[in-house]
Order: sequence, then structure tokens, then C-alpha cells
Amino acid sequence: MNGIETVFPALLALGLVAVAVAMSLYQRLDLERDIGVAVVRSFVQLTAIGYVIDYIFGLESLGAVVVLLTGMVLFAGWTSARRVRDVPRAFVVATGAIAVAAAATLAVLLLLRIVPPTARYLIPLGGMVIGNSMNAASLTLTSIRDNIAEQRLKVESALAVGATSRQAVSPILRTALKGAMIPLIDSTKTAGVIFLPGTMVGMIVGGAAPLEAAKLQLVVLYMLLGSVSIAAILVGLLSYRSFFTPRHQFRRPP
Amino acid sequence: MGSAAKIEISGLGYAVEGTGILKGISVGIPGGKITCVVGPSGAGKSTLLRAINRLIEPDRGEVYLDGLATSGMDPLELRRRVGMVFQTPAFFEASVEEAVLYGARLAGKAADPDRLLGLVGLDASLRGRAPRDLSVGEQQRVSISRALALEPEVLLMDEPTSALDERSRQRIEELVVGLNRDLGLTIVLVSHALDQVERVADRIILVVGGRLEGEWSRKDLEGRGVRRLLSGRL
Repeated sequence: MNGIETVFPALLALGLVAVAVAMSLYQRLDLERDIGVAVVRSFVQLTAIGYVIDYIFGLESLGAVVVLLTGMVLFAGWTSARRVRDVPRAFVVATGAIAVAAAATLAVLLLLRIVPPTARYLIPLGGMVIGNSMNAASLTLTSIRDNIAEQRLKVESALAVGATSRQAVSPILRTALKGAMIPLIDSTKTAGVIFLPGTMVGMIVGGAAPLEAAKLQLVVLYMLLGSVSIAAILVGLLSYRSFFTPRHQFRRPP
Repeated sequence: MGSAAKIEISGLGYAVEGTGILKGISVGIPGGKITCVVGPSGAGKSTLLRAINRLIEPDRGEVYLDGLATSGMDPLELRRRVGMVFQTPAFFEASVEEAVLYGARLAGKAADPDRLLGLVGLDASLRGRAPRDLSVGEQQRVSISRALALEPEVLLMDEPTSALDERSRQRIEELVVGLNRDLGLTIVLVSHALDQVERVADRIILVVGGRLEGEWSRKDLEGRGVRRLLSGRL
């Protein structure tokens, strides 16, 4: 079984989705359409990426891995920026932050020889780093945008006594960075107690020894903590500038 | 351009998304006096104030401080010389002391919080309190004290009493008059309340629709009152 028929048994799990749809109809949640879109998209996207990764494994070329990861970074940056359409340059900021976060963490893993430079490791780990950095970028961007709007009076009152725009928004940046990092810190704290993280689940189900699975899971968690911090901090430091002129004025009047 | 003016505003224009807010205002503001800016809502009074300390960047025209163009100044340095107090006091800081010293600390300037609180009639025992636990009137005095910590030459006040009750309004008014008299501070006060203007103003500037519609001195007020002076213009 090497073709698409390999993934068909997964469709049996759709029975559970039917329960969700029934629930949505019964409670008039109006979510059936969204659930349908999610089911179809996840099926198409995961099957397609399965084929792509299979193909790249066959190429045995690091260049192909870099191309794939670059594509993922661009898509992640676009997704993140779409949440904050009213923030100028959000795409550039989000994409740049995600790219640096992914490149830096993967580089550390490779340089310290924690993982070998092969597609089998780089694609899944890269995907996780990019996905988590994307979430951090989105959370940071929306938090900064919302808080600058809500706390405009406080920011302006700081500017009025000679604060730079960076100094004036620093409490907002701190809140945003905390908000982006706390979910991952909490899930790292509770890993193994409240839930088994995805990598470990996948490896154990795939037949790996539990301790081997734990080892890779630890690498993944530490790698994610690093990349999420980098992404959030970069987004914070780059995005607030979009709200101010170089002369420390709000770009948009109230 | 009158050489005696502390602030000289010349042909100031500012538009937001094509709508003119300031439409070529030219006016001089004398040093050491209280100048009141009056006019209907949306006349551009607050925008005019923000153009003086360059919280906004005018599209055209110039503001001179002691004869020097503010467009060429470091905006942070300018804002330390020209303080501003807003209609609604708002602080990030967790304590009154931090709020008062915020600007002075950024400027690397030594300041005595007890003296600064005393200047605005607040007790030094409030230093450790959270600003949000104070009354709005007290918070407004904290924001004045924070502006004074930088020892500014000019204080811009954007309707500082409109969010306050009668008693707090009166205390802020007395404070404004006292700061002008005792420190020689040049004060530019935007106000909606004509009785307030009558009590404190040395000069009155009327702004309507982003244009200067008139200016009067204390002398013009005598025997007429501000209501008659401005009647039919607001």
C-alpha cells in the first residue's frame, strides 16, 4: 500500500465528525459548513504533503528540503498577516520573524548534531517550528494592535513627556510577548502529565521505544520554546513601528 | 511674527484622509501668560495643541518656539520643554511615584516626587498608591505633576477639567493660575467652559472650523465678559 489508498482507512474516523455535525445542527451552532471545509481541506492538504514529502525523500536533496520549508514559511507569514490586515507591513514582519525563528532553531539542532541533516528530520521538525512560530506571530500581532488601540491614551501620555515610541509601548510589548509564550510554556510544563505531546504519540504508535520517543519529544519541546520566543520578540520589535512615525507620533490620528 | 511671542504659529494646516482639521492658522502665544483656546467641538483645538508639541506632524506651516522652528527640533527634546496634560489622565505605571517620575527618569533628570506632588496639592503619602485608585481629579493632578517634573517652559492643557466634578475642577483651575503666577509658566488651555475661560484667561483664541476666528486680551474682556465677546461666534 503506497498510494492514496493508504490514507483511506483514516476516513473511517469521519464517523466521529458526523457526531460533531449532528451536534452543530441540533444546537444550531451553525458550524456544519466550517466543519465540512476543515475536513476536506485537512484531507487534501495532508494527503498532498504526504506525497510531497515522499517525493522529497526520494530526491535525497537538502535543496529540496529548503525549498519546501521556505514555501511553508511564506504560507505561515501570509496566514498570520491575514489576521491583522489593518497593520501595515504585517506580512513582511510575520514572514521575517517566522523565517529567522525556524532557521535559528534548526541551525542549532544541526550544529549541535542533535538531529542529522536529512529530510526525514528536517521536514517534520521544521513544520512544527514554523507552525508554532506562526501562532506566536499571530498572537503577538493581534495583541499589539488591539492594545495600542485600547490604550492609546496611555501611550500618548507617555509620548507627551518625551518617551520614544518604543518606550511608550513597552508595557504593551511585554503583555503581547507573555501572551504569545505562556501557552507553550504551560503545555511544556504539563507535558507527559496531562497529555502526551504529538511527537511522542506518533512515535509510540509508529512502534518506537517510549524512551526514544521521549528523547525526541524533549528536543521538540525545547526547540519550540526557543523558536516561539524568537518569533514573538522579533514580531514585537518590528511591528510596533508600523503604528508610529520616525518622529514618535501616532501614524493614524484618533 | 511678533518677537515677544513664546510660541508663534504660522500658516498651520493639517488634514486627515482629505478632511481639513487645521486650515492655515497663524497666531502668536505670549510667554508667561495663560492663553485659552475656545471653539465648538471638532474645531481643531486639540489638534492645534498636538501640533505645538508635535504629537502630530502638520502638513504645512510651522510652529516656532522662542523663534526656532520646531520642525527642525528633536521631538523628544521639544516635548520635554513643552509639557502636555490631556482630558483624561491615563498611566501605565503601577504607582503614583513612578507615574510622576516617568518622563524625568527617561530624560535622566533628577526630580523630587514629594515636592512635585506638593506643587499640585497632593499629599506625599500618595506616592505608593496605584493611580487608578485615586479620584479622576487626583489623577489629573498626578499628570500635571508628571509634566512639571521636566520643568517645562510651556504647559499645554487639553480640556483638563471636563472629566471632573465641580470641586476638582475648581482646584485644577486654582492650580493653573498658581503655576502661571508662581513659576511663570506659559500655559495654553483648551476649554469648553466659558466661565472657566473668564476666570483664568490672559488671552483668548477662538478657533472655528480649523481657522482662527478671533483673539482677545484680558483687557477686551473687561466690562463685557466672555459670553458677550464670543456671542454668536460659537
